Amino acid sequence: MSCSRRKFLKTTIAGAAAASVPLSALKFISPDEVRASVGDEKTRWVFLVDTQKCVGCGFCVKACKLENEVPYDVPVTRTWVERYVVTRDGQTHIDSPDGGREGYPTAKMNDEVIDPKEISKAFFVPKLCNQCQNPACVQVCPVGATYQTLDGVVLIDRKWCIGCGYCVMACPYGVRFFHPVHKVAEKCTFCYHRISQGLKTACVDACSFGARQIGNLKDPNDPVTRVIMNERVAVLKDEYGTKPQVFYIGLDKEVR
Amino acid sequence: MEELFVHGLEWTTKDLFCYPNEFIYWSIQIVMYPYMTGLVAGAFVLSSLYHVFGQEDLKDIARFSLVFSLALLPVAAMPLLMHLQQTLRAIEPLLTPHFTSAIAAFGIVFSSYALIVISEIWFVYREFIVAQVEALKDKPGAGNAVMRFLYRGMTMGAYDVSEKAIATDHRAVKILAAIGIPVACFLHGYAGFIFGSVKANALWMSPLMPVIFIMSAVVSGIALCMLTYIVIMEWKKFSTTLARGRGDQAVKVLGGVELDVIKKTSRYLLGFLIAAISLELLDLIFRGYTAMKSWDILRSVMYGKDFINIFVLQYGLGNLVPFTLLLLPKMTIRRMVVALCLVLYGVFMMRWNVVIGGQAFSLSFAGYMHYHLPIIPHNLETFKEGLFGALTVAVTPFLLFWGINKIIPCLNVPKID
Ligand code: SF4
Ligand code: SF4
Repeated sequence: MSCSRRKFLKTTIAGAAAASVPLSALKFISPDEVRASVGDEKTRWVFLVDTQKCVGCGFCVKACKLENEVPYDVPVTRTWVERYVVTRDGQTHIDSPDGGREGYPTAKMNDEVIDPKEISKAFFVPKLCNQCQNPACVQVCPVGATYQTLDGVVLIDRKWCIGCGYCVMACPYGVRFFHPVHKVAEKCTFCYHRISQGLKTACVDACSFGARQIGNLKDPNDPVTRVIMNERVAVLKDEYGTKPQVFYIGLDKEVR
Repeated sequence: MEELFVHGLEWTTKDLFCYPNEFIYWSIQIVMYPYMTGLVAGAFVLSSLYHVFGQEDLKDIARFSLVFSLALLPVAAMPLLMHLQQTLRAIEPLLTPHFTSAIAAFGIVFSSYALIVISEIWFVYREFIVAQVEALKDKPGAGNAVMRFLYRGMTMGAYDVSEKAIATDHRAVKILAAIGIPVACFLHGYAGFIFGSVKANALWMSPLMPVIFIMSAVVSGIALCMLTYIVIMEWKKFSTTLARGRGDQAVKVLGGVELDVIKKTSRYLLGFLIAAISLELLDLIFRGYTAMKSWDILRSVMYGKDFINIFVLQYGLGNLVPFTLLLLPKMTIRRMVVALCLVLYGVFMMRWNVVIGGQAFSLSFAGYMHYHLPIIPHNLETFKEGLFGALTVAVTPFLLFWGINKIIPCLNVPKID
């Protein structure tokens, strides 16, 4: 009798110990804690592009490639600069050879030389991931490898992405691609490794003309926030409902 | 130096302005995926017609199509696996399914469907399996021993073949087949949803997409089953002719039955074909009439560079011609075979025009992309996402079927008295 009681106690203790293991394991990976470890709610990273200031030098594209280890000689890139030329006959010509990485040294566009006298307006438009408030890419990722941090940046888990390409298809801005080395989805992260350490993004640092700025929308004194709040800014393709968070000054109706 | 491979660069050429990162990311394997899933669903539905609704004339083909749908089953997932950049991580959608994604539930839907098919087959063949264990008991040879071991495993300890047990088996088959029909349709409508819900893609985004996909899947499924039915019946006729000579009564009876069944089934085929075409045309007319921002580029793709693919090959050769062939009086088996092959081709072209056509224009609406199917592979990528990858997918069900048929035969020609 006493023996069996001892046995009973033993089993109970062992059982309780065993039960507590998965419990603590569950707690360990609780989504709230994971969330809390990524970003904080006091920050909402946003980007401000002043198209009036961009001269199309392409330094930002170069800096981004080097900083984020996207091989230099492949046509894919996390950020790029587009050139728009509207001619007097109302036609719009657009190009972005190699993402504008080498700047725009010639007047040749898509194998066509445009007579400068025919040009009615021309400008450059830098592009990058919009770190959407309602990101289509996060919605469609079947394994949750693409996720949004609390401070608003959309990131990709390179160790978990299965490379299905659904997010690439879902992004209305065409910013995503497959990393040629890691073979997983890749895109601009607002240089999350830098901004979370108090630095500026590589492209912002590389731009000598102040065309690119990054800021915190939740800080009313941030110069970027002040521009967004007090001046006339626009976003790209808001009809998709993704609520993009890259704001543009001087956006033309021709910009795609 | 390690070879840098930009996914999509190999088979995409661009025209005018496309964003730098745009390529044809979803290529031939994503065309194969809905096509093969459609065939699986079709084969299963056909076998269920006998098991659930007791269509006696389908008795012979029911076993065949059930086993054939098992052989087709892995092939519905195969294109997806070949398409993944990280194939080894394919289990992840089951480990951490992210349910806001339309693909997340694929593994779950797919494996429940697989379970249904496998258990149904088990119930259908249980009696046979037990009999095999008995029959192989005293036979010498390592081969027989292995087979017997296999069959013993397959019984899973259920050796009861009393009348009561067999009756229970039959009931189980009926229930499983009944559950299987909606699951098979879901598995397929789901593929349509994966495309239809991509709001960034002007061609795909349409609530009609899942319905269009189901309709054309049923069309292709019925067509494939009719075709295999014809092949089997011709084989039966041929073997009976060999056994009994040309003018035998049995041969004539078989021919009559064959034509009769085919004619009956072709009515369903026509119905679904009409539904599929009407839906597709509705979609097209609606886009033209509402003429949203994307219509300019869509129109230039449909009426311009993809005109042959869409209007000549898909609607013309794949729909209109077989439609006429099916409606003409005095149906013959030969004409039927031509019509069925064209129907299957038409559905394939429809998948092609949706998947590849949807990526034929840039998200900027200011440029075009062209797809060049890699023919001769020079690395793993161009094999997987090239002609040979697609052919591998297409051939696999037949190889699998050959193997499965060795263990659970479903093609034995019943005696005709
Ligand atoms: S721009 Fe595209 S990749 Fe970036 S968050 Fe929005 S949908 Fe996602
Ligand atoms: S490619 Fe990777 S990040 Fe994108 S949807 Fe697929 S698994 Fe998610």
